[in-house]
Amino acid sequence: MSLKLKKGVNKQSAYNLRDPNLDYEAAHTLSIIVDNESGVLARVIGLFSGRGYNIDSLTVAEVDPDGHRSRITIVTTGTPKVINQIKAQLDRMVPVHEVIDLTLKGKAVQRELAIFKVVANGNQRVESLRLADVFRAKVVDSTLKSFTFELTGTSEKIDAFAELMAPLGLKEIARTGIVALLRGDNSN
Amino acid sequence: MTQANKITGAEIVIKALIDQGVDTVFGYPGGAILPIYDELFQQKKIKHILVRHEQAATHAAEGYARSTGKIGVVFVTSGPGATNSVTGLTDALMDSVPIVVISGQVPTFMIGNDAFQEADTVGITRPCTKHNWLVKDTNKLAETIHKAFEVAGTGRPGPVLVDIPKDVQFASGLYTKKNEIKKNLIKKEPSIDLNMLDEAISRLELAERPIIYSGGGVINSGQSAVNSLRNLVAGTNFPITSTLMGLGSYPASGKNWLGMLGMHGTYEANMSMHDCDFMLCIGARFDDRITGRIDAFSPNSYKVHLDIDPSSINKNITVDAPLIGDVSQILSVLIGRWKERGSKVNKKKLSAWWKSINNWKGVQSLGYENSSSVIKPQYAVQRLEELTKSYNRFVSTEVGQHQMWAAQFMGFEEPNRWMTSGGLGTMGYGFPASIGIQIAHPTSLVINVAGEASWLMNMQELGTAVQYRLPVKQFILNNERLGMVRQWQELLHGERYSHSWSDALPDFVKLAEAYGIRGIRCEDPAMLDDNIREMIDYPGPVIFDCLVEKHENCFPMIPSGKAHNEMILGEQTEENSISDDGAVLV
Repeated sequence: MSLKLKKGVNKQSAYNLRDPNLDYEAAHTLSIIVDNESGVLARVIGLFSGRGYNIDSLTVAEVDPDGHRSRITIVTTGTPKVINQIKAQLDRMVPVHEVIDLTLKGKAVQRELAIFKVVANGNQRVESLRLADVFRAKVVDSTLKSFTFELTGTSEKIDAFAELMAPLGLKEIARTGIVALLRGDNSN
Repeated sequence: MTQANKITGAEIVIKALIDQGVDTVFGYPGGAILPIYDELFQQKKIKHILVRHEQAATHAAEGYARSTGKIGVVFVTSGPGATNSVTGLTDALMDSVPIVVISGQVPTFMIGNDAFQEADTVGITRPCTKHNWLVKDTNKLAETIHKAFEVAGTGRPGPVLVDIPKDVQFASGLYTKKNEIKKNLIKKEPSIDLNMLDEAISRLELAERPIIYSGGGVINSGQSAVNSLRNLVAGTNFPITSTLMGLGSYPASGKNWLGMLGMHGTYEANMSMHDCDFMLCIGARFDDRITGRIDAFSPNSYKVHLDIDPSSINKNITVDAPLIGDVSQILSVLIGRWKERGSKVNKKKLSAWWKSINNWKGVQSLGYENSSSVIKPQYAVQRLEELTKSYNRFVSTEVGQHQMWAAQFMGFEEPNRWMTSGGLGTMGYGFPASIGIQIAHPTSLVINVAGEASWLMNMQELGTAVQYRLPVKQFILNNERLGMVRQWQELLHGERYSHSWSDALPDFVKLAEAYGIRGIRCEDPAMLDDNIREMIDYPGPVIFDCLVEKHENCFPMIPSGKAHNEMILGEQTEENSISDDGAVLV
């Protein structure tokens, strides 16, 4: 009863057998309160890489020095089932105290900070400054040939600004990734 | 605090272990853990078992933990000692076994310098432990060890590791008692969702074709969970099947027992899972060995899932009623409320359901063709079962065909009697596990049902068994093959047997003699009973070399990518070939 396998059958992974249209994928912003201990970030991102989840954006910093707590903000994309798995897997880690799905929990303020270096002369230089004004970007450094802008806003706003700057001599961008909090007077 | 209150880090380790009630440690010394071994030498409360390889220490600790319900403890040194423990840690993580590994580390001021025997132990073991710690301050050592035990033993149990640099072991610090540490570590368990529970109960009452599917979580939850499960089965008269990890939670002699389910489970168990209209999953996780093809898994059932780990819910199979919490608690509430409502079941439909189940039983899916000239492996396990079941007996296994035959043909009446590597499938698990079990149960009959290939992976532990006079019985089904690999190559890879035979095998009887223990070789079915009795009666370790049929396949089998109702029952079934899609699955 041998199997007649075609020669050259070479599927990449068993995961390909899953129905890709089972559910639609969506981006979720997760806010994770963790103990600020050594290795905690490695644990969290290790979970994502080890289990094959996506990280679209990641920020982390200590937010409660007395309690040694940090807030990790992760934007991840997946089907509702995958997102639920990610939350449950995060929640059972020992240094994780709270996992808040800001996308499900209601409206959240989501902001990113970016720094742009634009090198240009003449009209292009003037135009970049004009557009920066429209976007309420701040000039944080300048030479006779360049501007360095600081811009805060939603990721879409930063994307839009980057797109406009591209033909005007945009050389470099640094972005922080998203930080977010729920709107309203409720804390998590 | 005065200097007088301070003790060395090494003393703190031993004191903390004693405080935790530890009486046995499995381990292997080395440079970076010498201060702890020095303290170990100077006390009498903790017994140390010197293994011959650190992997074996972790499996022995697993065997110890699973056969007692206590936490297994391991000492290893830095570098290779720690890396050798990785397989055991991963095995314990997959099978939810509580073990605490204490590893030595190079001194703090040398960490990161590629020092001799340095490895990033917490980095390496991060994904294979429930949690791990690198302790850099002797004052925090006691607290960390107590936390480690708490994490390992609570919730869904699992392995933890505490990495202790050598200078932290030498330095002095303050000891913190077990009951003095802050209890903020363990997250509160959610309260039981009573609406969901009531919905599940009303489905249970109306169920026409119910099945209870239990797993290792019932055993981990403890004796009260086991009792509740048995009461529920007795009260409802529902059929019950268990995973490989769950064997023993319901007695194999019980009248509602369908045998194990899954890839090599019985026909009646798998058909019942497929055709049921109500499934009560208790402490199991819908593993791929259980479900077969996901989209054809039990298509028409209302599924209730009891589990302590929220990440097990809807991971592989989407369920209708998830109930998160400790199995024993939920089960007792469930049974209480069901009784309050009048202990109702759909009796009429249930008896029709049992009729179908009994028809499936009639297929006798575990049947095999016996022989008078060569020992069939199934027959060997059957005779072993028959001749040892009346003993106070513990069984461990390696991984492969023999493991499945042991699960199929041996019956377990009580939990914690069956130790096997389920999730990770670690060849080499069984021998060291049998050592850990025998240490915990010195007067019991401990048998490791093995295949010769698996057994060779940790055969160095013969030294440990002899040194501690552990009468472990190594029952090796020797087919001179990697039997399960061979079976898959026959069924899936055009009978091209790529590297799946055991060449250059030792003479197991002479090997036993070299260690001064008993070796028994048996190749005649007529001699099998006498030889097994000789093995049982010999008051020391035995290597039983049971030469069996070399090309026997393990059936029944759900081929990869197939559903429960597409089982292969034996060699004669031709129509169930495995599809290309199935062939990529493991």
